[in-house]
Amino acid sequence: MTAIRSTTRQAQRIQLRRRPWGLYLAGLLVVFLAIAAIAPQLLATHDPYALDYPAALQGPSWAHWFGTDESGRDLYSRVVFGAGQSLLIGLGAAGVAIVLALILGSLAALAVKPAAVVVDRFVEVMFAFPALLLALLLIAIAGPSALTEIFAVGLGTAPGYARMIRGQILAAKNSGYVEAATALGHSSARIVWAHILPNALRPLVAVFALSVGQSIVWSSSLSFLGLGVAPPSSEWGALLDAGRGYIIQASWLEVIPGLVIVAVALAATTIGRHLQAHLEKGEK
Amino acid sequence: MTPISSNSAVSSGSPVATRLVLEQAPKVPSVRRTSRLRLVVLTIGRKLISAVVVLWGAATVAFFAQLALPGDRATVILNIRDGQAQQRTAAELAPIRAEYGLNHPVLVQYWDYLRGLVVGDFGTSYQQFRPVTAIIGEQLGATVTLSLTAILFAWVLMVVWVTLTAGRGSRVRSLGALVDVVVAGLPAYWLGIILLLVFALGLRWFPVIGGTGLNGLILPALTLAIPLAGFMAQSTRVEFERALDQPFVVSARMRGMSDTGVRLRHVLRHATIPAVTLSGWALGSTLSGAIIVESIFSRPGIGSVLVAAVNSQDLPVVVGIVTLVAVFYVAVNLLVDIAYTLIDPRLKSS
Repeated sequence: MTAIRSTTRQAQRIQLRRRPWGLYLAGLLVVFLAIAAIAPQLLATHDPYALDYPAALQGPSWAHWFGTDESGRDLYSRVVFGAGQSLLIGLGAAGVAIVLALILGSLAALAVKPAAVVVDRFVEVMFAFPALLLALLLIAIAGPSALTEIFAVGLGTAPGYARMIRGQILAAKNSGYVEAATALGHSSARIVWAHILPNALRPLVAVFALSVGQSIVWSSSLSFLGLGVAPPSSEWGALLDAGRGYIIQASWLEVIPGLVIVAVALAATTIGRHLQAHLEKGEK
Repeated sequence: MTPISSNSAVSSGSPVATRLVLEQAPKVPSVRRTSRLRLVVLTIGRKLISAVVVLWGAATVAFFAQLALPGDRATVILNIRDGQAQQRTAAELAPIRAEYGLNHPVLVQYWDYLRGLVVGDFGTSYQQFRPVTAIIGEQLGATVTLSLTAILFAWVLMVVWVTLTAGRGSRVRSLGALVDVVVAGLPAYWLGIILLLVFALGLRWFPVIGGTGLNGLILPALTLAIPLAGFMAQSTRVEFERALDQPFVVSARMRGMSDTGVRLRHVLRHATIPAVTLSGWALGSTLSGAIIVESIFSRPGIGSVLVAAVNSQDLPVVVGIVTLVAVFYVAVNLLVDIAYTLIDPRLKSS
């Protein structure tokens, strides 16, 4: 067992020593998106709202890199201008998910016995609802909007992370250094703050990166269903929703924004995994 | 837990991580034969109780979600029904209050709701005046068919892909693992559209929309199956490569068994265990993924009912479908757990 595990570790180390081209690509994409979010006019080639009916539904070309939509608006510029809102929703949802998961996960692992059991069961109950369904339930109550979308996606994905955090904290709680600290007579508050939480929560940085990618995918799914941000906006999911009627005549209206979302999600996953590998290496 | 498996679990928000942690509990040496039966019964009983507790919790969440709708409920129901937003007179509200039991205290309503669920009554739709079970019942078959077909496709794709690529040269291995990760992250709406463009519009192998029967089922099922396959492949691959180094594989090879034979007859059986434990999760994820897929392919099913109900805030229908999916999830998990308890020789007494 241990021999095999050490060989896989070695294999991983070899992989890490190779130039991480995937990571560079992901980083490049993140920089590009950050610029698009802060100053979209620097990257856009057209006014994202300029109507140009003669140029409607044109395929990708030198003039319009991603083609044009039914009103002749430039899709590339719309994607660039939509980046801000899409990323904000993704980051916001990931933030909501992690905060909720942190509260629930640490209560389930650290609270006094009956309370911990109740919280633990509650997390298990929430986990029985698939993320998308939990999100839809919240939207049905609060009505569709960008803010609801953030909370819906955050709430939907939180139970999975809560379970993970609980596991991490329990593992830290049962470790040798906590036993040592207890033997030294440190107060339990001090042990939690100084030993358990820092060790259990270190992987959270990586989890957050992974969660941003996932949140962007989930929130664009909601917009695609017409239950998130509505079409006049150029948020990426809304672009997908708007292009649905033109799949046959103008497939790029669906394919390209979808590809952008997939690329961003992959970039977030890649960065998250490298962070995770880095953190695990640092532990030894 | 190997780093690889924990990564893959996190990236898709799955239960694998916690499951692997659970499986690492210390192995107790096998207990005496006589007490084994007692232990099995006890374990199954405990699992049954905990499943019931989870279901009760889910029903409670569902009930209070319906209360969370802002404003007076009877007014909300009437307005949803007429598609208006206005004040109502007491005379208008009285029959609605009576019909939905709103004049009782909340605790009585809660009790009635739970009692209803036990006998299969999910309440009455705000919009359609009909029982929720009737509305769901009409559409459930199509969605369950889609979901089960997708799981079947996912298993076939996953087994073929992992058997072909796991534990080969380093190039093939990393290609295999890369495809797993990329494919698992593909959003259903995008994959569905690509499949639609390539196979229905480009090659014309399948109908574009609708298409009853088998032909109309394949593309939607593939849309759900491909990410699921990638996802299951991540945990299967780790086990597969671990099993390839086990003594029983060496001994099988020494008996002269071919590489393919070893992979199919010995390694695969060990490697697929984590994917089997994901069955409950897979059912839940394909049922919720069906919402998007049904929307792309204009298929009937509970997904389209759900989207319409969310739009019109028809909460009993929304809550009914959400609860039903949770019930499926808990039931399948319970079955997997029970099967495990029966099979596993090192039953833990803790």
